[in-house]
Amino acid sequence: MKRAFPIFAVLTAVLLSYALYEALVAAPTEQTMGNVQRIFYYHVPSAWTAFLLFFINFVCSVQYLVCRDKVADTIATWVVVVLGIATCVAAFVIRPLPAGIEPSSVATTGLAIIGLYFLIKKYFSGGSTDALAVVTAEVGVVFCTVVLVTGPLWARPVWGIWWTWDVRLTSTLVLWLIYVSYLMLRRFSTSGQTPVLAAALAIFGALDVPLVYFSIWIFRTQHPQPVIGGGGSIDPRMLHVLLINWLAFLCFAVLICRSRYRLEILQREVEEVQALEALHEPRSTR
Amino acid sequence: MNKEATSDVTSGLTSQRMSQSSRAIAGVSRATLAKDLRLEWRSKDAINSMLFFALLVVVVFSFSFDPNAEQSRQIAGGLVWVAFLFAAVVALNQTWARELRNQVLDAYRVSPAPANSLFLAKALGNFIFVAVLEMLMTPLFIMFYKLRPLGPAWQLVPIAALGTWAIVVNGTFFAAMSLRTRSREIMLPLLLFPVSIPALLAMVNATTVILTGELSAKFWIVLLSTYDVVFTIACLLLFGLVLHAE
Repeated sequence: MKRAFPIFAVLTAVLLSYALYEALVAAPTEQTMGNVQRIFYYHVPSAWTAFLLFFINFVCSVQYLVCRDKVADTIATWVVVVLGIATCVAAFVIRPLPAGIEPSSVATTGLAIIGLYFLIKKYFSGGSTDALAVVTAEVGVVFCTVVLVTGPLWARPVWGIWWTWDVRLTSTLVLWLIYVSYLMLRRFSTSGQTPVLAAALAIFGALDVPLVYFSIWIFRTQHPQPVIGGGGSIDPRMLHVLLINWLAFLCFAVLICRSRYRLEILQREVEEVQALEALHEPRSTR
Repeated sequence: MNKEATSDVTSGLTSQRMSQSSRAIAGVSRATLAKDLRLEWRSKDAINSMLFFALLVVVVFSFSFDPNAEQSRQIAGGLVWVAFLFAAVVALNQTWARELRNQVLDAYRVSPAPANSLFLAKALGNFIFVAVLEMLMTPLFIMFYKLRPLGPAWQLVPIAALGTWAIVVNGTFFAAMSLRTRSREIMLPLLLFPVSIPALLAMVNATTVILTGELSAKFWIVLLSTYDVVFTIACLLLFGLVLHAE
């Protein structure tokens, strides 16, 4: 098991370099945008990875809050199951769906909600749920920063502007702001119950993002339609490169999360031992 | 005794308990609110600092932009709400800090009073403070920015009420949260502003739309109401946890 980490690290490095080659050399050049379009292979996978990590953070936060109360736990489990199934059903019942959203992707999201919830519930509990929440928030902010930096770099030559208050841009920015404030709260908190406060804030953030999305959705959106499961069309070779890049980024994210998680757990153990020692030690300073 | 009678008795007991607890919530809320208002009436700490702060913001904005009537219609919505938001933060920071002296907050924690009643009282108190501030500041705004709304002006009243509640309900919650942090005065805006972005957007756009009289503000009012309902429920559900997190 100890070997698994370095082996996985090497595999990730190989995959990342292969993805880099594919993105910069092997992928066909876009007709109108030219080489600038290649930034897309970093922008989109980072965005997907960041959203996934924030979603895991939200699930962890909910579980951390409900795991102390039997009734709340049961209610939360039922809510998750009902919500997941309702999303799946709604995907095929509600017509018409907003432009750029396919029923299959909505249904997959519904299943992912249930799957992630039960996976995390099975393998994490109490303090380790909270450690996972810290880790995913931190790594998620890093990936989200990559998205927010590469976006304007691409937009300047293609749209002629660095930034616009479009649906996806604004909701990503707000998400980033919320998670930066989440990390700030964790850093500045002097309470012994920081996890509770942070989890509550994460839930507020998760409630906020849909509201931001719908409030800006009313305006015309400028961002290109999503290429996967959306109305846009993409060259199959480009799609292939995009998916390889996503896989590489996902492996990379898992790798950092894994080592950061170990660090977090070790840190907590050290703190615990120090606290115990301080209790046991006779007052030698006098 | 048959089953129906038992269930009758239990349901009677539950409803009695429900009415008791709702009465307890109302009682504690009323007592806390009255106490806060009386304290504020005697000291006038919050309202004075808020008023002066908002006045400064108005004056500074006014001479840094110096707009004509048409321009000020476009920007006044944003300026008004930014001024009120900043001023509200001043009051919100004092909400819980007041209870730290003499360990009043610890007394609340050990008392059997429901946490939500305390939260409701504090949020209502802040709502009243900010509403008073708004009433006093609005004439000044109209004077400095030569405002004359072209749309239906009465709609500004529900917008102001909903917007103030949106700021205050989350602000009270996050103020309680930032109580347990280093440099808590800075922490409150850091937590409050990102979450308030949709509400701010709705308030500012609704106000601007009414001032310029171009479009209907209906969508923004609906959005603001949704925001208020969602976050009031979230605050009430989570406040107990935050209050008891030492």
